[in-house]
Amino acid sequence: MSLKILVTVKYVPDATGDRHFADDLTVDRDDMDGLLSELDEYAVEQALQIAENYDGDAEVTVLTVGPEDAKDALRKALSMGADKAIHVEDDDLHGTDAIGTSLVLAKAVEKAGFDLVISGMASTDGTMGVVPALLAERLGVPQVTLLSEVSVEDGVVKGRRDGDTASEQLEASLPAVVSVTDQSGEARYPSFKGIMAAKKKPVESWDLSDLEIEADQVGMAGAWTTVEAAAQRPARSAGTIVKDEGEGGKQLAEFLASQKFI
Amino acid sequence: MAEVLVYVDHVDGAVRKPTLELLTLARRIGEPVAVALGGGAADTAATLAEHGATRVLTHDASEYGEYLVVPKVDALQAAVTAVSPAAVLVPSSAEGKEIAARLALRIGSGVITDAVDLEAGETGPVATQSVFAASFTTTSRVSKGTPVITVKPNSAAVEAAPAAGAVEALNVTFSEKARGTKVTGRTVREATGRPELTEAAIVVSGGRGVNGAENFAIIEALADSLGAAVGASRAAVDAGWYPHTNQVGQTGKSVSPQLYIANGISGAIQHRAGMQTSKTIVAVNKDAEAPIFDLVDYGVVGDLFEVVPQLTEEINTRKG
Repeated sequence: MSLKILVTVKYVPDATGDRHFADDLTVDRDDMDGLLSELDEYAVEQALQIAENYDGDAEVTVLTVGPEDAKDALRKALSMGADKAIHVEDDDLHGTDAIGTSLVLAKAVEKAGFDLVISGMASTDGTMGVVPALLAERLGVPQVTLLSEVSVEDGVVKGRRDGDTASEQLEASLPAVVSVTDQSGEARYPSFKGIMAAKKKPVESWDLSDLEIEADQVGMAGAWTTVEAAAQRPARSAGTIVKDEGEGGKQLAEFLASQKFI
Repeated sequence: MAEVLVYVDHVDGAVRKPTLELLTLARRIGEPVAVALGGGAADTAATLAEHGATRVLTHDASEYGEYLVVPKVDALQAAVTAVSPAAVLVPSSAEGKEIAARLALRIGSGVITDAVDLEAGETGPVATQSVFAASFTTTSRVSKGTPVITVKPNSAAVEAAPAAGAVEALNVTFSEKARGTKVTGRTVREATGRPELTEAAIVVSGGRGVNGAENFAIIEALADSLGAAVGASRAAVDAGWYPHTNQVGQTGKSVSPQLYIANGISGAIQHRAGMQTSKTIVAVNKDAEAPIFDLVDYGVVGDLFEVVPQLTEEINTRKG
């Protein structure tokens, strides 16, 4: 039995940089360094572990939708150990919202064929965290999301989902869509050997026509939501900072009392 | 007047505070109609009526507890069909966002998540969001279908607005996909007696500077003196000093309390993303150069092991 795992990843602007919006109110990617979303590294890691522990042939394909530079994210995942990559790239994708992104991913996943899709819990730029659920809805397969622990055995995926009020044990038959949190386990660093090997691994490029998607189904024109304005949050006005000379706690209490918190 | 569906987050009939905040926002757009599912659903009606729900649609079935997310999507879709609302509002929990997204896709509507404010607009509700680690504020609207919007806790005040709150049974037929993901076990988190992190008016957090799980007792004592929730930075959680469910930041909870007290937290972008919209920010840190001091209304440069116990004692004295 073979197991085909697809990992969806996103190329995002560096969160430690000065992120901002372009004139059309999309995320400005031109002046930014990009990278594989940190939260997707956990998805790649869990995919690799599931493949390594699988009793049979397992293949890990990493999939992204994004501009030319998004290949960097694929290379990183390949250097961690993924077997091959698919890059969906098309000028008409600019400005696509989460619903549109889930359409592109669903078509690509179906075209590639899969037993298991693994995603990160959210992107570090949009941070909606809804694409895995949307993907499951589109594919008509079980959604097993926000897992802190995941395993696959005998065609069944199991995992632990830590919610606000309870921790749940989940289970579903493959094929399924899984997402993992940053609690699922530290992602490995690419080895030198892995980095060299990644250069020779295949990266397929698909555009919208390969996926039989019309241009008006995606992009800003096809988005079901519109951003009307974006403004930088005003800097917080400078506060009072005191050095503790033995009375720091009392001074702080005085401040809290003055603000009616005590 | 148009009706607005509000998805009710409740535990065995006890309505959680973010749902009451949604009722405040829903009344800006139309007449709130609440949808309560699962065990104790009908028990939510009195509280929901006090806060403006004109109708409360209820349905109970074992599927809501036994399977993940999809049964709730089926029910909310049935409610949309029955009510034809002007908008659907859902609390921005992890599950709430998943329910909202799947519902939106099914009914051919756009979805906006993590709104921090909502106003009626000429062409439908306008949602305010806080993005890029709260460094930008955006306004957005849904341009197709019935707007589905999830709203973060502490985005609006809870207001009394008595309404009929008539309980009506919702007819739900589960889809064939409803039983796809089975919940085989559930461990309910032990109650700490403290307020829920995302809902609390005051949050007291500890970071790397707390330097050990046992030292979090100092943070908890300060929190208890103020009736606050306890938070932790990623560094403290990764070190195993405090549970991940209490993590504040990009990969944890995002909080927006009246008062946030950061102790031994440097204020890296990951942390700021989760607390920058707090109304008043206070920090204690021994490093005068820590970026957290750029955000504070009041900061103390000093040893938290000296400052925090003194603060706690002073608060308890003033209260007593």
